[in-house]
Amino acid sequence: MHLLAIDWFLLIEKAILILLIVTVCLVTAMYATWGERKVAAIIQDRRGPNRAGPFGLFQPLADGLKLFMKEEIIPNASVKFLFVLGPGIAMVTALMTSAVIPWGGTIHIFGRDIALQIADINVGILFVFAIVSMGVYGIMIGGWASNNKFSLLAAIRGASQMISYELPMGLALISLLMVTGSVRLGVFVDQQVNGVWNVVYQPLGFFIFFICALAECNRTPFDLPEAENELNFGYHQEYSSMKLGFYLFAEYINMFISGVVMSTLYFGGYDIPFVNEAAFGDVWWIGALEFLALMAKGLIFVFIFMWIRWTIPRFRYDQLMDLGWKKLVPLALLNMLITAVVVLWRN
Amino acid sequence: MSITQILFWVLTAMAIGSSLMMITRKNPVYSVLWLIMTFFAISGHYLLMNAQFLFIVNLIVYTGAIMVLFLYVLMLIDLRHDTEPRKNKWLKFAGAVAGGCLLLVIVAALKDSDIKSNVVQTGEGDIGLIANLGKALFNEYVVPFEISSILFLSAMVGAVVIGKKE
Repeated sequence: MHLLAIDWFLLIEKAILILLIVTVCLVTAMYATWGERKVAAIIQDRRGPNRAGPFGLFQPLADGLKLFMKEEIIPNASVKFLFVLGPGIAMVTALMTSAVIPWGGTIHIFGRDIALQIADINVGILFVFAIVSMGVYGIMIGGWASNNKFSLLAAIRGASQMISYELPMGLALISLLMVTGSVRLGVFVDQQVNGVWNVVYQPLGFFIFFICALAECNRTPFDLPEAENELNFGYHQEYSSMKLGFYLFAEYINMFISGVVMSTLYFGGYDIPFVNEAAFGDVWWIGALEFLALMAKGLIFVFIFMWIRWTIPRFRYDQLMDLGWKKLVPLALLNMLITAVVVLWRN
Repeated sequence: MSITQILFWVLTAMAIGSSLMMITRKNPVYSVLWLIMTFFAISGHYLLMNAQFLFIVNLIVYTGAIMVLFLYVLMLIDLRHDTEPRKNKWLKFAGAVAGGCLLLVIVAALKDSDIKSNVVQTGEGDIGLIANLGKALFNEYVVPFEISSILFLSAMVGAVVIGKKE
């Protein structure tokens, strides 16, 4: 009986890979919270967390413990199922993008070629885009189910902000697709490993994509959904304990993942700069080094996100919408037009 | 049963079940959430037919954009009170008759078509991949494609004009 005619080793291999990548994302996000505080402290000329462990390194563990220990409150007037579902969706959509990112080249272990990518699907970059557009549900459902007007207002702000910035993001991606001629993320990286990084061809596109990524992650200067001075605490006002933790955590995962996506799209993915990886042949540590290179690139973006947060004040809401619709969309269209003309001319 | 068949039945049950849930919910927000589930199931069906582009575009456009806008509008309406006006009994009757007629027409149209001999090919055929779909759209169907894009543009312009009036 061929009920499940699957290569079992493939299944095990993928399961381990998924576990590893999710763990990497979670741990990175955990230490991104520590990094955020340290960066903020340095920028504001403070010391930052320095009590728990050396350099305050155990601070995230203490924070996690605190969130777990806190009393879990579900408001009586809330829609209970959706109230619990909201943070879950936020977390899942934050993690799902990692499935199509090529985290490294192919490595040979136990006589098998293992590609450090969970799924090299044909529609890779569109998958990323779909998951990003799905991310808004976590905020909307959570905000609505809380049955609190501040949460609802924040959720609606978040939804309109995300939809507005998806548009220029998509347009920036289209111009990138014109240059690359493929939507498979593996092809993106292969081309950049063997040639020039895409940011050279698409500097304006990268600029637009970066701004949109900030907006999609709800980071300052676009953190209108949780503008404390206007909306108390934003869409997660009614949340407590680890459900709140999930929302806050999802933001850091989103930051990390979007940093990695930007590195993959524009900065060569797992390509080690100025090094010809192929010259080393098939050794296992080159795969590890490539993975570390991608991590480093992603973390640089995370640092830039934090840097922006602690130096640039928040936009007003109408300014945010103006920037999205009246500046970024025309700019992205212009970029698309120029790219199309250049691509046609070179052919 | 192969894994494709299992997936097919699971997705079918999901699609039908969630669309039934969608039309029976009183609260429109729940209806939209069930509709999103339906779209997921239908996207899964596209994937079984190896129509990857359709799969992802269905997710991006319908679940990612249109349903968010639906939800956006519905959440602004106060749904705590039963504000929905009681519908006329005759209106319900007329609705049932109209829906029944539509069902009849669809069944009649499907009965005589050669759909039974054209079984869907699962997991094969590569017309659904982006490259092939793009080539087909921009070579064979370029005129209908452009005309439909003009249609969308006119709808957009129309919406802006109506919005500006007030």
